[in-house]
Amino acid sequence: MSVVSLVPYEDALASYDPVMGLEVHVELGTKTKMFCGCSTELGAEPNTQTCPTCLGLPGSLPVVNAIGVESAIKIGLALNCEIAEWCRFARKNYFYPDMPKNFQTSQYDEPIAFNGYLDVQLEDGETFRVEIERAHMEEDTGKSSHVGGATGRIHGATHSLLDYNRAGIPLIEIVTKPIEGAGARAPEVAKAYVAELRELIKALGVSEARMDKGQMRCDVNLSLRPNGTEKFGTRSETKNVNSLRSVERAARFEIQRHAAVLSDGGSIVQETRHFHEDNGTTTSGRIKDNAEDYRYFPEPDLVPIAPSREWVEELRAALPELPRVRRARLQAEWGLSDKDMQSVLNAGAVEPIQETIAAGAPADQARKWWMGELARRANETGTDLAEQPITPAQVARVCALVAEGKLNDKLARQVIEAVLAGEGEPDAVVEQRGLAVVSDDSALGAAVDQAIAENEAVAAKIRDGKVAAVGALVGAVMKATRGQADAARVKDLILEKLGVQA
Amino acid sequence: MTDLIRYTAAETASAIAAGEVSAAEVAQAHLDRIDAVDKKVNAFLHVDTEGALKAARAVDEKRAKGEKLGPLAGVPLALKDVFTTEGVPTTCGSKILEGWIPPYDATLTSRLKDAGVVILGKTNMDEFAMGSSTENSAYGPTGNPWDLTRIPGGSGGGSAAALAAFEAPLAIGTDTGGSIRQPGAVTGTVGVKPTYGTVSRYGLVAFSSSLDQGGPCARTVLDAALLHEAIAGYDPLDSTSIDAPVPAVVEAAKLRDVRGMRIGVVKEFAGEGYQAGVMQRFNESVELLRELGAEVVEVSCPSFTLALPAYYLIAPSEASSNLARFDAMRYGLRVGDDGTRSAEEVTALTREAGFGDEVKRRIILGTYALSSGYYDAYYGSAQKVRTLISRDFDAAFAGVDVLISPTTPTTAFPIGERADDPMAMYLADLCTIPSNLAGNAAMSLPCGLAPEDDLPVGLQIIAPAMADDRLYRVGGAVEAALNDKWGHTLLEEAPAL
Ligand SMILES: [Zn+2]
Repeated sequence: MSVVSLVPYEDALASYDPVMGLEVHVELGTKTKMFCGCSTELGAEPNTQTCPTCLGLPGSLPVVNAIGVESAIKIGLALNCEIAEWCRFARKNYFYPDMPKNFQTSQYDEPIAFNGYLDVQLEDGETFRVEIERAHMEEDTGKSSHVGGATGRIHGATHSLLDYNRAGIPLIEIVTKPIEGAGARAPEVAKAYVAELRELIKALGVSEARMDKGQMRCDVNLSLRPNGTEKFGTRSETKNVNSLRSVERAARFEIQRHAAVLSDGGSIVQETRHFHEDNGTTTSGRIKDNAEDYRYFPEPDLVPIAPSREWVEELRAALPELPRVRRARLQAEWGLSDKDMQSVLNAGAVEPIQETIAAGAPADQARKWWMGELARRANETGTDLAEQPITPAQVARVCALVAEGKLNDKLARQVIEAVLAGEGEPDAVVEQRGLAVVSDDSALGAAVDQAIAENEAVAAKIRDGKVAAVGALVGAVMKATRGQADAARVKDLILEKLGVQA
Repeated sequence: MTDLIRYTAAETASAIAAGEVSAAEVAQAHLDRIDAVDKKVNAFLHVDTEGALKAARAVDEKRAKGEKLGPLAGVPLALKDVFTTEGVPTTCGSKILEGWIPPYDATLTSRLKDAGVVILGKTNMDEFAMGSSTENSAYGPTGNPWDLTRIPGGSGGGSAAALAAFEAPLAIGTDTGGSIRQPGAVTGTVGVKPTYGTVSRYGLVAFSSSLDQGGPCARTVLDAALLHEAIAGYDPLDSTSIDAPVPAVVEAAKLRDVRGMRIGVVKEFAGEGYQAGVMQRFNESVELLRELGAEVVEVSCPSFTLALPAYYLIAPSEASSNLARFDAMRYGLRVGDDGTRSAEEVTALTREAGFGDEVKRRIILGTYALSSGYYDAYYGSAQKVRTLISRDFDAAFAGVDVLISPTTPTTAFPIGERADDPMAMYLADLCTIPSNLAGNAAMSLPCGLAPEDDLPVGLQIIAPAMADDRLYRVGGAVEAALNDKWGHTLLEEAPAL
C-alpha cells in the first residue's frame, strides 16, 4: 500500500480553492418501512422485520408510507425548498446482494423538494449560506456482514450473512449545490452544515438523527481548483462519514491529499473513498468512471405523488420552531452573551443543556456541567458531547442533590465521574460510595472541637471579631472529614461554638 | 358422471348449491380428467390434488351447515403459474424459480379461495409470460386441444388449453400484450383483459408492471363475467389499483341485446398478414352485429401501427428491472455455490442457467433501451407512442361504444414453426397490444372455425377503461346468436382427446 503524501493545510489553501458537495442520508423515524408495514425498530434479531415486499419476493408490490412523504415535505420546507406539485419514484438499477430487488426505489429527476438553502453558523458567529439542490425519498438496503476475513471486510471472507431488517427503511437524501467560497473554512462549513441539519431534523421530529447509530450518514464530495479559476476539479466521494468531527476531518484530509497529488502534477481519480476514524485518513474505494449507469426509469408500481398546495401550506404552518430561532430564544432565556452562546454552540451543548434544564436544573448549573467537566471529557476522547454516557436527566439529578445540600461541588464531580464510568444512577452512586455530605451536628461536632483545639490561635482571632479567619478552621474540618462535610453547616457550628455572630 | 367436466361454471355452481352434486365429486371428476389427458396436453405444471379436494370439501361442509354459497363456490379453476400460492409451487414457467414455495397468497389467489373456488393447480406458460405460444416454458410446450401439434397461444397457453381440454371450467390468465386473449382466440375459448388497475397485481410475478393485468378465462361469456366479478376490485396492497366499483359485468353478460350500440371496426387491423379464413369469420361477425341491431362503422387508429415496436421497448425495459431480483440470494435456483465463488459469480451463473433464451433476449433489449444515452430515443419515444395510442382510442370512443377486430391475424400455428423467428412470433399480438398500452378493457371470444384449417378464430372487442361491462354485453349477444346458429357451442366441435 502506497503511503499517501499530504501537503500542509495552509500550503494547500495557498494554491487551491476547495469546492464541496455534501450528501446526507437521514433514516426517518417512521414506525413502519417506506413501502411495507414492517417495523423499523433497531436491534431486532436479523430478518425478523421482513415481509414479501421488503424481501423483494416475486409478486410483491410497494405501497408508499404517507408519513414518509409528510416527513420529506417537512424537511423540504424547513430547508426553504420548493415542494414538487407532482413527482414520481424511480428505479435505480444495480446489483448488490443486500438489495432485495436489485433496484433501489428512489427518486431521480423529479425530487419531492428542490432549490432551497440552509444558513449555518460558523464558530466565530459568522453565517454561511449552503444552497440545497434537492431532497428526495428512497429506501435503505439490507446489511451484509462478512465472516471469516479480517476486520469484517469482504476481502478474504469465507461467506457473508445478510440481514434485511434495514431493507426498506425510509431515507431522505439531502444534496447540496456545490459549496463554493468557503476557502480555508470548507471543513468547518461542512461540519457546521451537518450539525445544523441534524438539529433541524431533530427539531422537526422526523428522526433522532443519531450519527453513531447510522441514522444520519454523510458523503463528502470534494474537489480542488487552482485559486482564481472557475472550472471544478475532479472530485473524490468520501462515503458514510459518521460523526460531525469526522466530517470536518475528512474534508480537511481530502484537501491536503488532493493538493499533494495536484501539486505533484498528478490528477485526481474520480472514486469513492473510505474514511478511517482511527487515524483520520481516507483510502481508495471504488473507481467511478462514467461507466456507472443506473438506468433510472419511473417506478411503474407506484402512482405519482401530487401533494396538494393546501396540505403543503398546512405543514408549513405547523413547522416547529427551527433551531436558529430557538437558539436566539434560549440565549435570551439563559442570559448568555453572544460569545458564551457561541461557545455553547461550538461545544454542541445546546441540546444537553436545554434537556437538563427541562429535567429541573437551573440554567447556570446545567451550563456549568456541560461546558465544564463534560465538554472537557468529550474533547479529550474526541467524541461528541451529546454522546457522552450520561443523560441530561442524570446531570439534573446531580444538580438537585447539590441544591438539596446532599452534595457539595467536589462530591458532585465524583458522582458525575462515577455515572460516566457506568456505576449507575446518581442516587445509587451516592449510596454505594457513601458520598453524601455530612451535615449531622453530632457527627461534625467532634471534628469542629478538634479543629478549634488544634488551631487555638485562629480561634482566638475569630473570638476577637476577625470572622473572615473562619475559613481556615472550615478547611481543617473539611480535610478531617475528607471533603464530605457540609461546609456551610461547619462554618455555622464553629461560629456558634466560639460564641460569635455571623 | 363424465358430464360434470362439460358443465359451465354457472351450471356447476348451481348444481352444487342445489345439492345435485357435491363439490368434492366435481373436483374429483376434473382431477380424473387431468389424469387422463394432461400427459398429452401438458396444461398443468403442478396439480394440487390434496388442496383441491380440501377446498371442495370445505364448500360441501359449508353447504351442509346451511351457509350461503357464493356464485362460484365449488367450481374448479386452473391458475396460471404466475400468481403466488402459499405453500404451492410457483415457477412462472422458469427454471430459475424451480422449487420455490411462496410464503404468501396473491390477492387474486385469496379472493378465489374466499369465493370457494377450487384451485386444481398451476398452469403452463411462456417463461415469465414472455411469448405467444407457451413454447418458451422451461417445462415443455403445451398442446392445443384442437390439434396437439399446434400451439395453444401464449403466454397463458396452459390456462386456455385446460379449458378447451375440459380439465377445468374456469382459468386465470395474465395479459401483458395479449396473453389472455390470443390463447383464448386460438383455443376457441373466452378470455378477458380487464381495465388496468381493476384486478390486483399483488402476488402476480411481474413481467411488465405497467402492462400486466390478470383476468378471467372461461368457456362462456357468462362464466368469464362471474369470474371477473370474483377477482376484480380495489386492493390497498397494489398502488395502481383503482378505487372504484367494478362495472356490472354479470348483468351485462345476461343482457344479450346490442340494439342501438355503436361499434367501430378498426381499419388498421386487416390486410397483409391476416389469414383469409380469419377475416372471413371476422366479417361475418360484423354482419351478425348489424343483424342484431348494432350500428357498425369503420374507425381509423393510425398510431396502432406503432404499438408493436413501442411494446417491445416498454415491456422488456420494465422486465429487465423486474427480473433483476432473481439473483440466487433468497429463493429459487442457485448454481455454482461451491464455496470458492463470489456472490456476483453465483448470480451470473444462476441467471445464465436459470433463464431461457427469450427471457435473456428481452432482458438484454430492455437493459439497452434504458441505458444512458439511449433512454430518450427508445424508452422515452415508446412512452410518447403510448400517449398517441391512448389519444387514438379516446378519439375512437368519442364516436363508438366498443371497437372490434380479429383477436389474432392467424389461427394456431404448428409448434416449432416460429420458434426461431422472434419477429414472426411477435406479430401474433399485433391486434391485442394497443389495449395494454392504453390500459383499457378487451375480450376475445370464439366466432367460428377458419374454413381452410378448421381451427378457432377469435373476435376481439375493446371497450374504454372502466367500461368492461360493454365487452360482456356485446360478447354475450354474439355468443348467444352464434350458438343459436350452430345449434351448439364451438368447443363441441373440438376433437376428442
Ligand atoms: Zn416489509
